[in-house]
Amino acid sequence: MAEKAAKKEKIPRQSMPEQGAQARKRNFEEVPLGYPEESAVKEAERCLQCKKPSCIDGCPVAIDIPAFIKHIKEGEFTKSVRKIWERNALPAVCGRVCPQEIQCEERCILGKKGEPVAIGNLERFVADLEREHGKGDLPPKSKPTGKRVAVVGSGPSGLTVAGDLILKGHEVTVFEAFHKPGGVLVYGIPEFRLPKEIVYSEVNFLERLGVRLVCNMVVGRTVTTDELFEEGYEAIYVGVGAGLPRFLNIPGENLIGIYSANEYLTRANLMKAYLFPEYDTPIARGKNVAVFGAGNVAMDSARTAMRLGADTVRIVYRRSRNEMPARAAEIHHAEEEGIEFYLLTAPTRFLGDENGRVTGMECLEMELGEPDESGRRQPVPIEGSKFQLECDLAVIAVGAGANPLLTQSTEGLNLNRWGYIIAEPETGKTSKKAVWAGGDIVTGQATVILAMGAGRTASDSIHQYLTWGW
Amino acid sequence: MFEILKRQEMADGTVVLNEISAPMIAKKANPGQFVILKANETGERIPLTMADTNPKKGTVTIIYQVVGKSTALFKSLKVGERYQDVIGPLGKPTKLEKVGNVVCVGGGTGVAVLHPITRGLKELGNHMASIIGARTKDLLILEDKMRAASHELHVCTDDGSYGHHGFVTDVLKEILKKENIKLVVGIGPVPMMKFVCKLTEEYKVKTLVSLNAIMVDGTGMCGCCRVSVGGKTQFACVDGPEFDGHQVDFDELMQRLQAYLTEEAEAYEKHKCECKAA
Ligand SMILES: Cc1cc2nc3c(=O)[nH]c(=O)nc-3n(C[C@H](O)[C@H](O)[C@H](O)COP(=O)(O)OP(=O)(O)OC[C@H]3O[C@@H](n4cnc5c(N)ncnc54)[C@H](O)[C@@H]3O)c2cc1C
Ligand SMILES: Cc1cc2nc3c(=O)[nH]c(=O)nc-3n(C[C@H](O)[C@H](O)[C@H](O)COP(=O)(O)OP(=O)(O)OC[C@H]3O[C@@H](n4cnc5c(N)ncnc54)[C@H](O)[C@@H]3O)c2cc1C
Ligand code: SF4
Ligand code: SF4
Ligand code: FES
Repeated sequence: MAEKAAKKEKIPRQSMPEQGAQARKRNFEEVPLGYPEESAVKEAERCLQCKKPSCIDGCPVAIDIPAFIKHIKEGEFTKSVRKIWERNALPAVCGRVCPQEIQCEERCILGKKGEPVAIGNLERFVADLEREHGKGDLPPKSKPTGKRVAVVGSGPSGLTVAGDLILKGHEVTVFEAFHKPGGVLVYGIPEFRLPKEIVYSEVNFLERLGVRLVCNMVVGRTVTTDELFEEGYEAIYVGVGAGLPRFLNIPGENLIGIYSANEYLTRANLMKAYLFPEYDTPIARGKNVAVFGAGNVAMDSARTAMRLGADTVRIVYRRSRNEMPARAAEIHHAEEEGIEFYLLTAPTRFLGDENGRVTGMECLEMELGEPDESGRRQPVPIEGSKFQLECDLAVIAVGAGANPLLTQSTEGLNLNRWGYIIAEPETGKTSKKAVWAGGDIVTGQATVILAMGAGRTASDSIHQYLTWGW
Repeated sequence: MFEILKRQEMADGTVVLNEISAPMIAKKANPGQFVILKANETGERIPLTMADTNPKKGTVTIIYQVVGKSTALFKSLKVGERYQDVIGPLGKPTKLEKVGNVVCVGGGTGVAVLHPITRGLKELGNHMASIIGARTKDLLILEDKMRAASHELHVCTDDGSYGHHGFVTDVLKEILKKENIKLVVGIGPVPMMKFVCKLTEEYKVKTLVSLNAIMVDGTGMCGCCRVSVGGKTQFACVDGPEFDGHQVDFDELMQRLQAYLTEEAEAYEKHKCECKAA
């Protein structure tokens, strides 16, 4: 066994071809290009097919990882993707955006001594292959139950619920406030990281299964949850995400050229402002850009600004490199593309010109003090360290809050003190009868796979309710 | 859905009315609320207030001034054609209450926004004096409707071609001097609203204004529409669009409305060229 392991270790982790940094930093095409078949099979061969695979514990939806990898090794790609589908309906998405290094791959046994199996890359490989060349066979559906379910929000958690329940024979309608479905996958995460075509193909798959999709429906305004019940829906899943931008609350924040990341990315992605003037929505093209925050949203904003023609793009973050919450791959890609990092730096006010346009900001240098509630060391300003940084475009990516539009118009829905919906972790049930919730509107901004996991939990509970009662 | 059932040009073709089929929105809408419209796949999301709704027929009416690329594109849509997307009703409805004597002041297409509010306030038993204005007679809209919705109507033109020669604020001042006014509603171009508020502040009369900040989603998700009201940042799309005019930082709003001046000019020029070529 030990000998076998040693032998397998000799195949190095297969790297994925990418667009070079110089070219890609000015275009919106996808950065990693995907495995060729040969690399995928080689990578699959690295997996030890552990008897007690620890990788599975690291995956929030517990995909049978060794099983799907084994199929790849044997060239059975369709079987492989079917294996994944048992647990995860959006493998092409998760293979691209999951923070694998702190989930499945972190637990992979090979990672103890060397490099873990590239589980995400393999997941992406079979999902892409199936999308591009598969026969598009639909999975079998249970007999119609005649029960109607409304899903509010078409992000990853809503889509998961829709997919699960349609297969169980229920009628499912998804209501989306925007004019296009997909949630953060279409309005937030940029094209160069997740081509929108992939999201639409996943949504299209659900529609072929019989899910009804209604866009332009702001639940809480166009229709309320109680009205949905009156119309005959028997269960409602709320997966509206964490759609409230957080600002820095410092002077000068309403100057022109200062965007929330939500606005900046929505203009760029959903409205395709990077194709202006072919598309009508404009976006400011800064030369000297500052992005506040260091999560995925900040990296996406910074890299978008670079692609829109900036000379310099700086990530301004008040903690140090160790605390940056973004996926490792995104930080690495951002650095390669020439994004600069101003760490331990906090802005205190924005400066503007006579036309109300931003010209720069005043900052303080920080040092790390005692750990706070989140366990991260708290940044404290260094006295007398004030300095100025120039910028003509600033994007604020310091997190999101709970959008109150739906929750305030729904009676009987208990919220926590930050405005997120309180839902039972085991079932997704809320305090309101026949209403479930999950994803970012329950947890705060988290990850795609956690939102999907919450959707899966809730759909099991909804199915139970529709079969047996509350 | 979203088919244009009726189309009418007003004010020399600079203003267009569309009656659009949107039954769910029509059922829910109240005076003061708006919709966001997108003409086609490449279009921008444009907020417009509902000038009227007909829940029975399932229609909403918008009245817009052609000022740039998107509104020019809207103007080119014919009866029987559709908007790709219409979202609403958005924003808070006007709080309609019986307070006594009310003055409604409207300028430009603001009159379209003002009309359902005026009508609603009159139905509640308020005494309505209304003032509407335009640069010149031909640009005046909805005079008859405003007359019907008010007890008295004053018309002003900047050039004196019709009615009072001068600004709406001149007439407003006369009324404020003479009568005990409980509420003023001022809706129109930002400078007009600013001057109305300056005046009513002197007379300490509560004043409502409707802010037309630049918007994207209209659901409080992007913060693009932020305005300073009473020193605090508010989102016009969900906290408004109506605010206490005495608290609003109009200068900031005016600046923020200029955010895309260069891009807008570029898009409009390109659109005009394409229209000519076609
Ligand atoms: C820029 C960005 C980058 C990210 N990168 C990553 C990453 O690399 N990896 C990762 O795992 N996670 C990432 N995340 C986080 C991840 O995208 C979210 O955790 C996930 O999308 C949450 O899913 P959800 O279904 O709960 O909500 P969302 O994806 O937010 O979807 C909610 C949907 O509900 C709609 N909605 C809201 N209100 C209403 C209403 N009243 N009526 C009808 N519809 C409504 C919204 O329009 C939206 O479409 C990123 C997030 C952002 C913003
Ligand atoms: C709540 C609300 C209600 C409105 N109601 C009406 C109405 O009933 N009738 C009417 O004629 N106009 C109304 N407006 C203004 C209308 O939205 C703008 O005139 C329109 O967006 C101009 O678009 P454009 O492409 O034709 O012009 P552009 O050339 O793009 O812009 C001209 C000017 O319009 C403003 N503007 C541009 N884009 C937007 C946007 N996305 N959102 C808001 N303003 C923008 C800017 O100040 C800009 O300088 C309303 C605006 C808001 C926010
Ligand atoms: S879904 Fe995410 S965490 Fe699970 S195996 Fe795939 S990449 Fe890993
Ligand atoms: S832990 Fe690693 S080696 Fe073991 S089964 Fe999982 S992926 Fe394969
Ligand atoms: S338009 Fe996006 S928050 Fe108001």
